[in-house]
Amino acid sequence: MSKYLLNKFLYTVDRDPHLVESYRDDPRGTVTRWEREYAGRILNCVSGEATTWLRFEDAEREALATHDYPALFAMGAHPFITLTLFIGMFERDHEPLGFQREYAERLAHMTMPYPDITT
Amino acid sequence: MADLVAVIASTHHPFYHRASTATGADRPPFADEWVRKVEAFRETLTRAAPDVLVMVGSDHFHQLWLDNMPQFLVGKAPFYDANFYNEEREFGLPRMLLKGHEELSAHLLRQGLDAGFDLAFSNELRIDHSITCPIITLRPQNDLPIVPVYTNIFAPPLPQPRRFVQLGRAIREMIASWPSGQRVAVIGTGHLSLELGGPRQFGPHGPDPEFDHKAVEWIASGDIEGCLAEVTLDSLHLPGNATHGFMDFMLMMGVAGEGNRADYTDTYDLFHTMEAYFTWYPRGGGRS
Repeated sequence: MSKYLLNKFLYTVDRDPHLVESYRDDPRGTVTRWEREYAGRILNCVSGEATTWLRFEDAEREALATHDYPALFAMGAHPFITLTLFIGMFERDHEPLGFQREYAERLAHMTMPYPDITT
Repeated sequence: MADLVAVIASTHHPFYHRASTATGADRPPFADEWVRKVEAFRETLTRAAPDVLVMVGSDHFHQLWLDNMPQFLVGKAPFYDANFYNEEREFGLPRMLLKGHEELSAHLLRQGLDAGFDLAFSNELRIDHSITCPIITLRPQNDLPIVPVYTNIFAPPLPQPRRFVQLGRAIREMIASWPSGQRVAVIGTGHLSLELGGPRQFGPHGPDPEFDHKAVEWIASGDIEGCLAEVTLDSLHLPGNATHGFMDFMLMMGVAGEGNRADYTDTYDLFHTMEAYFTWYPRGGGRS
């Protein structure tokens, strides 16, 4: 499990308007490209000093590629950054707060304690 | 020595800006009462006539990230740009520019380090809605210099609740020892019970009204020890998965001091979360 890398995907996509639209329109292609081009970037280092060992596990890659935010929650992805990005992508398709309430309903099977989000 | 003229603890609700500026059919039914409460709260800062604001908040994965995460960080810069693209996108928050106060930043860093708090610092900090929301609600003219103090309530492992209280007490002592004639207000924002990205989010009220009721009483009465006896890093998961933001309220209780009842308390039960507003006047009342 790489909760850190899941969060890194969600974080770096959420802060970039172009990546947000790319991930909304082509999630699988965006995840593939991101893992190849972005996963190893240390945000405060130059490109030649990238990380060499970060990889998604298959289930993580699939959850991202299918916009499966309940699966991301179950894996311990940070719930705030997940919510923020998915609101950014899909709120526009719903009535006000409609997406947020649907999001809660799709997580209704989760009970306390929630999955650990410690990285 | 500097004067601590007001201690203010508040929730920060990023939807206030949009709700309070909406008109016509876009204006939510709760907006007018919310504006009335916020304007009354604002007056508690105005009457204290501060010269500089120490602003306690928490970055929400904007500039601070998991590759290099400080637990407590003090901004030390002459200016702070503010608000991020995803806050404009989701909340309609405006881009802002705030003035800094490097002398007070330097004092807090030196005194904090010497008091046993290994504070991180930043000379180029873009601040987010945890600090701009209270500027919008409490000082919308944005005319005072600030010193941002960021805490990690967001990315575990987190400091213990007691550590937040201790830092609050230390901030009060450090302001008292600042060799300056300035009038200082400390403003910190956090949350009561809150769920974000989980099944209890965006309900008709906060996810745990019972916790909210107890929390408001702890804060309003300055019951630090009672609060610490019940609140742990584990227990804060129960009222809602984002409730660790309550530890910023605990920091502010440390600034206000044990047993010191707030001079002003107000709450507003909104959908999703309860708003709560507290002001203490350490020297017995604001300048009228």
